[in-house]
Amino acid sequence: MKTRSLSLLMAAVMAASVAGCSSSNSTSTSTADSTSGSTASATNTSSDKKILSVQIGPNPETLDPALNSAVDGGNMILTNFECLLTNDENGQIAPGAAESWEVSEDGKTYTFKLRDGLKWSDGTPLTAEDFVYSWQRVCDPNVAAPYAETVLSMVEGYDDAIAGDIEKLNVEAPDDQTFVVHLKDACPYFESLAAFATLSPVQKATIEANGDAWATDASTYVSNGPFYITEWVPSSYILMEKNPNYWDAENVKLDGIKFNLIEDANAAYNAYNAGEIAMIKDVPTEEIPSLKDRDDFFVEPIIGTYYVSMNTEKEPFTNKDVRKALSLAIDRDYLANTLMQGTYSPAGNFVGPGWADINGTEFVENSNGGEEFISTTDYEADLEEAKKLLADAGYPNGEGLPKITYTTNDSGYHKAIAEYLQQAWKELGVDMDVDIVEWASFTPMRRNGDYEVARNGWVGDYTDPSNILDLLYSTNGNNDGKFSNEEYDKQMEISRTTLDEQERSDALHKAEEILMEEAGCIPLAYYNDFWLEDQTKVKGIWHSPYGYWHFEDAELVE
Amino acid sequence: MSRYVLKRILLAIITVWVVATLTFFLMNMIPGGPFLSEKAISPQATAALEAKYGLDKPLWQQYLTYMNGLLHGDFGMSLKQRGRSVLDIITSKFPVSARVGGIAVAFALVVGVTLGCVAALHQGKFWDRFISVFATLGIAVPSFVICTLLLYIFGAKLKWLPTLGLNSWQSYIMPVFAIAFYPTAYIMRLMRSSMLDALGQDYMRTAKAKGLSGNKQLFKHALRNAILPVITYVGPMLAYTIVGSFVVEKIFVIPGLGGSFITAITGRDYTLIMGTTIFLATLVILMTLVVDLLYKVIDPRIKLD
Repeated sequence: MKTRSLSLLMAAVMAASVAGCSSSNSTSTSTADSTSGSTASATNTSSDKKILSVQIGPNPETLDPALNSAVDGGNMILTNFECLLTNDENGQIAPGAAESWEVSEDGKTYTFKLRDGLKWSDGTPLTAEDFVYSWQRVCDPNVAAPYAETVLSMVEGYDDAIAGDIEKLNVEAPDDQTFVVHLKDACPYFESLAAFATLSPVQKATIEANGDAWATDASTYVSNGPFYITEWVPSSYILMEKNPNYWDAENVKLDGIKFNLIEDANAAYNAYNAGEIAMIKDVPTEEIPSLKDRDDFFVEPIIGTYYVSMNTEKEPFTNKDVRKALSLAIDRDYLANTLMQGTYSPAGNFVGPGWADINGTEFVENSNGGEEFISTTDYEADLEEAKKLLADAGYPNGEGLPKITYTTNDSGYHKAIAEYLQQAWKELGVDMDVDIVEWASFTPMRRNGDYEVARNGWVGDYTDPSNILDLLYSTNGNNDGKFSNEEYDKQMEISRTTLDEQERSDALHKAEEILMEEAGCIPLAYYNDFWLEDQTKVKGIWHSPYGYWHFEDAELVE
Repeated sequence: MSRYVLKRILLAIITVWVVATLTFFLMNMIPGGPFLSEKAISPQATAALEAKYGLDKPLWQQYLTYMNGLLHGDFGMSLKQRGRSVLDIITSKFPVSARVGGIAVAFALVVGVTLGCVAALHQGKFWDRFISVFATLGIAVPSFVICTLLLYIFGAKLKWLPTLGLNSWQSYIMPVFAIAFYPTAYIMRLMRSSMLDALGQDYMRTAKAKGLSGNKQLFKHALRNAILPVITYVGPMLAYTIVGSFVVEKIFVIPGLGGSFITAITGRDYTLIMGTTIFLATLVILMTLVVDLLYKVIDPRIKLD
């Protein structure tokens, strides 16, 4: 009897603990219940409130501008924040929070004039001092911003700042509306950096009050852009509403945007087909053949190249002719247009479309006299030359070449490309194994040079070609192939120091020529973004070569 | 009895400690780290991050720090989702998974037990065969296939049910069904065979001879004995179901805990790996204990210890 009552008591305790769980979920995790409440209201009010529903990626790891290093995170940050400058629809630098700016003659001092009456989304004034705080914060070792070096290393005092003395970073606010940056050396693309998500202004008050957690909760996430976050349910959705305190609020036509945080392309595609989401970025690749000709399917280039790194410290990749033969033996047209169904474009150069050259031209227009370095249309001829090169290198028909290993992680088209390369290089008599490695292991492996041939890729941070050409500078942290060429390094150094635009452009072109001649890496294809957008529901979304969708001009179609 | 419970709880604590220790050292053995990205971040930034989260210290020291925190209920901060604590992530996501999983378990139990009984009572007849087909399907067809079929029919074609999120009661239907499909089928088979076994026992003949009514025979004698194997299965099933199914959550975009397990591991979010593992281990152990106690309630002949 006694045991019986005890076990009943246990059952009661268990029931109570279950009840405890469910009650706690209605109180502390307002997420769960407020989710249902407010989304219901979002869909209810979508008739009177103009809320656009989109999908551009999964749950972002962080939305702190200083901490973000992801493209989708950057996209959301730039929807919430406005930097000093912005990139406009034509790819040109345009005024942002600063209405005008001046560059000193030596190119070392930038003076930005902020707009009148700028405000944070909470209504408090935003001044030049906020930019000083935000930029110095990016150098703070306690913040540990992954992009600090990319965006601020050319600023005076950066070395001291990154070591911990952040006030040494030479940026100043002589008055509330003037922000001055002093550079160590002239930096021809500095304006692009002033439009870079990492350098968004962030509010000191909310960060000091909430620490790292400020960027995880809608109520403490204060911003200054066209929209501000009103709700963030991790892994579910982020709701942004129009920021009434934004200086150009009258030209923002949407009342809000709902970013559906979907990781799975099929789930996104289902929601799009069911009419629940008007624009999705993640389209299942197996659906592309049936979507290609539809007018709600879009493909646009972004600045980036899918390439193959060869470990130039290992035999036989120390031999330039072998590298070049491997590069020439690839049918890039087939690879991009057939295998990857046109979601990539064939790459005959390393620096593709979208990268800027002088006088408003594109870098690619002026490369190699306007010709592709590797013809993407005449594969047969390329293959013949490849065979010849391999023979010259002492490996006729691949005889004497050891079996090589190609390392990649498995996502997107990576595996299909690996299999294609296996087949393509077989034509040269080169045998290849494919080694599939999990992503988190793959990255350090490639960086440490523990591979022979590996997949690689780069999407630009800004449109200056030095951003991608720097990858093959001998000591660059991303130089996974350990490519080392004195002349190449020299040209890159010229590009960093010269003030003469023409000389700089020539140096960068020269560098690319050397790279292609030496086959320091094998460019395969240029990246594109492809997405579905139902233009019977929304218009005015535009896409930039940085891989960002801009919603500030978007409106719902009635 | 209380000594038994105490002993089990003590054993549970040791088990959780062993699980935590093994996980800690195993996860540090897999290559990679939490602060990697496709683009190399500067060595300074990496060093600063490692210092911030104590990853620059020797492993044994990290282990001691972590265990010490754990003793004080501190699960640490997520390394990837900057600014979010592991405890926050678990307590905000678990209720979502628990709700979907809880409904699924209830569904599986009610439907599984009922249909299992029906099949057993109509052994060899039409209903038995009909249910067997369904049970075989349920065990053979993986959940992602069910999800896809449901989505295609009810989401994309008929547009009756929402395809993502948990914003209304309708949106629970597909995920609950997808999660419950396998356990329902399994319980059905389990119930059918143990019911058949119970119906053939001597005590059933006695009950019949005593002149007990059909219902009383069924519920008081047959069901009570036949349900024991189901209870054994329900413990671990409950634990695994309410922490969330990774596949189903991903497909229906449910912000539950299931996805956190996987993303924590692929992203090498060490503190989150530890937190979710310890949480799941505790839950499994707790549920097993509860099941053992329930056994005793249902069948007083069983001796604990």
